[in-house]
This record gives sequence, C-alpha cells and structure tokens, in this order.
Amino acid sequence: MGRTLAEKVWDDHVVRRAEGEPDLLFIDLHLLHEVTSPQAFDGLRKNGRQVRRLDLTIATEDHNTPTLDIDKPIADPVSRAQLETLRKNCAEFGVRLHPLGDVEQGVVHVVGPQLGLTQPGTTVVCGDSHTSTHGAFGALAFGIGTSQVEHVLATQTLPLARPKTMAITVEGELPDDVTAKDLILAIIARIGTGGGQGYILEYRGSAIEKLSMEARMTICNMSIEAGARAGMIAPDQTTFDYLQGRDHAPEGADWDAAVEYWKTLRTDDDAVFDAEVFIDAAELAPFVTWGTNPGQGAPLSANVPDPASYEDASERLAAEKALEYMGLTAGQPLRDINVDTVFVGSCTNGRIEDLRSAASILQGRKVADGVRMLVVPGSVRVALQAVEEGLDKVFKEAGAEWRHAGCSMCLGMNPDQLAPGERSASTSNRNFEGRQGKGGRTHLVSPQVAAATAVLGHLASPADLSYTPAPAGV
Amino acid sequence: MEAFTTHTGRAVPLRRSNVDTDQIIPAHWLKKVTRDGFEDGLFEAWRKDADFVLNRPERSGASVLVAGPDFGTGSSREHAVWALQNYGFKTVISSRFADIFRGNSLKNGLLTVVLEQSVVDALWELTEADPTVEITVDLEKRQVLAPGITADFELDENARWRLLNGLDDISLTLQNEADIAAYEAGRPAFKPRTIQA
Ligand code: SF4
Repeated sequence: MGRTLAEKVWDDHVVRRAEGEPDLLFIDLHLLHEVTSPQAFDGLRKNGRQVRRLDLTIATEDHNTPTLDIDKPIADPVSRAQLETLRKNCAEFGVRLHPLGDVEQGVVHVVGPQLGLTQPGTTVVCGDSHTSTHGAFGALAFGIGTSQVEHVLATQTLPLARPKTMAITVEGELPDDVTAKDLILAIIARIGTGGGQGYILEYRGSAIEKLSMEARMTICNMSIEAGARAGMIAPDQTTFDYLQGRDHAPEGADWDAAVEYWKTLRTDDDAVFDAEVFIDAAELAPFVTWGTNPGQGAPLSANVPDPASYEDASERLAAEKALEYMGLTAGQPLRDINVDTVFVGSCTNGRIEDLRSAASILQGRKVADGVRMLVVPGSVRVALQAVEEGLDKVFKEAGAEWRHAGCSMCLGMNPDQLAPGERSASTSNRNFEGRQGKGGRTHLVSPQVAAATAVLGHLASPADLSYTPAPAGV
Repeated sequence: MEAFTTHTGRAVPLRRSNVDTDQIIPAHWLKKVTRDGFEDGLFEAWRKDADFVLNRPERSGASVLVAGPDFGTGSSREHAVWALQNYGFKTVISSRFADIFRGNSLKNGLLTVVLEQSVVDALWELTEADPTVEITVDLEKRQVLAPGITADFELDENARWRLLNGLDDISLTLQNEADIAAYEAGRPAFKPRTIQA
C-alpha cells in the first residue's frame, strides 16, 4: 500500500523502532527562542550534558522583544532577564543566536524559512506550537514542550508515537477577495478546535497548489488551532523556487540531489488517510472570528450567532461565555463591530506578502479616527524588504504605526497590549481570553480585512471600500 | 521525575470546555526562567472572581482536577503543567486533552486521565454534591475509583511504565547512542546546517 507524505517523512527519520515503544525520530532542525528554553538549558547543565548537534540548532529572540526603541535597554526587568538568560545559554553552549538588533532576528517561524533552513522532508521542532508553520515546505514540523526541548538538545532525537493522518482537500478557485487566512479560519470553524487532534493534516487539492509559500505558511501555521499535531503541504515547483538561492539552501550537486528527493515527497495515489475533509474553494468568503477560540468564526457577512442555536451543551455554554467576554449580542451583524486597534503581524501574517496586501489597501487611504493600527513585520529581513518597496511609507502616511520585528501584540508579552475591554482586529492566530492583554477582545482576520477594518473602524473587507487592486509594484 | 503509582485526593470540578493554556497560565508568567513558583499564576484571570471554584474554601488542598473536554489547547508552554503541579494537582481528568499538553504532562509526572464524558459528568456531580469525596487514580490498575464509580482508563504501556518508574526520557534515549550515531552517519549531505560543524 502507498504511503502519505507524512508517513514518508516520518519513516525517513526513524532512528530506532521497537515493539511497544514509541519510534525514536531524528530531528533535522531545532529552533530555539527565549521563552521555552531556559529550563531546558538548566537541565543540561544539571546533568553535565552538551548540545549534541550545534549545527542543527539555531536561536532567535522574539516573544519579549520590544517593537519601539530597540536600542535602549529593555524596560521590563523580567523580559530583559529572560533575553539575557538566552544570550548567556547560547554563549555557554555555543548555539548560533540572532539577538535583538541582528539583521536575522525575528519571529522564529519567519526566520527559519527565510534563511532557507526549513526544507522539504526535514523534521523541524521548536518549543512553540506554531512550529506547524514549517509544514508548508513538506517538512514534518511540530511544537514541543520544554522537557522535549532539553531532550532534543541532548540527543537530537525525540521518542514519538506516530499520529494519524487527515487529508484536507480544497478544490476549485478561491474567490478574488478570499485569502489563505480566510480558508484556514473556515477549516477550523468546520472541524472544530479539537477536530485535528491526534492527526497530521495534509492540505491538498488544486486550490492549495495555486498558493504562494507565504499563503501556505499561513495555513500550516494555524493547524495547531484545529488541535492537529502538524500540518503539511507537498513540496512542488513553488517550494523549490522559494528555496533556491537562500542562505542555507543546498547548492550545485547537493541542490540536484535534494530536488530529486523532494520530488518523491508526495502522497502516493493508493495511500489511505485515516480521515478526509473536502472543501469547495468557490464557496468561501472573508472570514472573521466572533468568539474566544479560533473555531468560533463566521463569514464576515454573517451575524453573531445565537448560543441557543447550538445543540451541544458544552458548545452552547462556550458560546455564551464567549459572547459575554467579547461584549457582543447574538444577532448583531459582524460588520457592525467597531474596533479600537488593528494588528498586522505575527508568524501567521507577518511576512512580506501580508504587508504588501495590507499596504495595497491602505494606499491613499487613512486609518479611521480613534483607531490605532500597528504594523509589525515578522522579521528584520521582512522589514528591510518592506522599506525597500516603500510599504513603510504607505503605512505611516495612512496613520499606522510602523514597528520593529517581533511577536508583539500576538501575545502581548512585550509592551504591545490591549487595555481591558479594548477590541482588536488581528492577523494573529489566537483569540483566547486575555491573549493580547488582560481583558482584551480579539477578532482574528486576514491582512486585507485588517486593513479595510482600520480604514472604516468596523470589521470590513476590501469590498466594503469599493476596493480596486492597486497597480503592481505597490 | 517523580514516580506515579496511585493517588487519592479531593477534587476540583472545572465545568468548562476548551480551557486553553493562556487560561491555565497567562503569558506574562512565561518570563520566569525556573520550573517552580507558578502556583499563583494558575487560572490567574478566573481566580480574581471569589466564586471561581478554585477559590472556594472547601476546595483548598484538592489534588485531582476534573476538567471539561479539550483541556490544555493552545500553546506548547510546559509552564501550564508546572503551574498545575506547583499548585498541588497530581492528576487531571478530562474526556479529551490537547496533544502537546498531554505529552508535556506525562513527561513531568502529572497523570492526565481520559474518561468518557458521562463518567466525567458523574464525577462532577459527585464532588459538587460532597466536596469531601475522595477520588483515587490507580495507575497500576489503570482505574479511577470514587464512591459508586469504577472506570477503567487507557494509557499506552510505555508511558505507563515510565510514569510508574519515574524514568527520565533522556537517559533512556542515550542508551540508544549507537542507533543515533548510525543514523547520523547515513544522513544525506544536502540536509541543512545552521553552522559549519
Ligand atoms: S508570533 Fe505569536 S504565535 Fe507566532 S511565535 Fe510569536 S507569539 Fe507565538
């Protein structure tokens, strides 16, 4: 019987397989950041262990880094201590680190791909659940806890039970105003935040094949919000073109050998998935969340749902609690929801293509009075590229704040937070209670919806602006 | 890691589904660089409410958390497990756990027990009616016991063996050094490297 993409990559990394034990998998790339690594380095130190493969390990700073005044000492002493701990650990153990101020610094899931380190058929782990992002390259990539971070540092392997596989097939053409973000929000609303639990998802079908690498990363990034272990997309010419010439992409004969291998990384025709979901791309529309988990979403044209309409008692209760927290009323049109803050950024939508599409909508327009808009590039490289294209000017002229790279308001570990009761339209991935600041209310949206919302002051899509695409080059 | 064989204690009924890791331990607590001292951050936002179940005097000293479905969704932060343990929980019962949370819990000796929702409902009713009721989680027998309730649970043999013996994963893996070295020797040259080694 044929094998799925996930099974092929898995099998290629088995170091040891024994009856009644989880497989021992080799890890090709280990990404580190300041939040989930200190206790792991401590563990190594306590046991007198070293980092086994420094050449497969890389660290950056992202969660705590400020997005303003980055040349000044970090104001919050606890954040500063955490960054200093990472610097000390990397120096002591010899790990390559891109600290604040470095040209390769940025959100860990933006940095790996842009350096060309994330490659098809590799295993990628990081102490961060959105490691699923890297699956866009046909890598098997997943988030791990701190004990596992320590385990990988010490052994470059992980004992793991193989998850099941689920195909999410999206056929047809996405309508003009529908983006990868709308697609993944719709998928999560369909299968639920627990729907992918125990599975590796493989996104496939004609609509997926047409997507750019950035869009594929947006989709794989949010696999975890459906509860999945990982999300993957088979590598193809789009993937190879993105990688070729990047710092760590193979060269010469190695490139040829790599591409030959990468081309084998497709689910066989006779492979069987443990579960399948089919989506018709043509039926999708701009999608936003109204609740406090990423599965509580609806098309922008819909109304806030009535909790009484849920048959399942725990879903009904969850919807009631969500409406109360979000300060919304059942039946209210989603388009009538006013926001105070718009956040464009994060490992979901903080890449160059995301900034381009937000800028194309803001071009020649103004952010509405009383709305603050933060644009936070996912990495320094993304920021530099945006400046080269003049996007920073577009944002600033529209009245948005152009910030330094980092996680920023995605989780508000740095000073970029919502005040209690404040409401945001955010291109990030989690609308949990308090995620963007205590008492803050989050609506997850695409970069396009974020930009249109900033202009109108209420949840809106570019179509509400009678939007015509800006000429190429903007 | 501390071994887990059997545990008996009073319970906290947490009637909420989808309790995510941001609720279990909010992000600002993640700035700490140690594994302890997270107890005050556990469910921090909800604990501001005097009526929140964890704040009720009759729940003080309880060590078994009986939670709704999809407990531990969200981020990979192991701090969520440490916070539960620092607070004094030895075991969490739910009809469904998020994968990463479950993995983290078992690595730290916090036993996560999956039971049918109907059994979870029964445990909720029991401990709500009488907060002094004790629940026993017996890992040797893979059984949860409470007055009128006997429920078997599943846990794969390997995870159970590690928990029962309090075994550290890293030392176990390092016994397979020869396998790891052999795998490394056979890796293709085109695989990425972060530095020249
Ligand atoms: S941008 Fe947000 S989701 Fe991504 S790594 Fe940072 S905090 Fe996590």
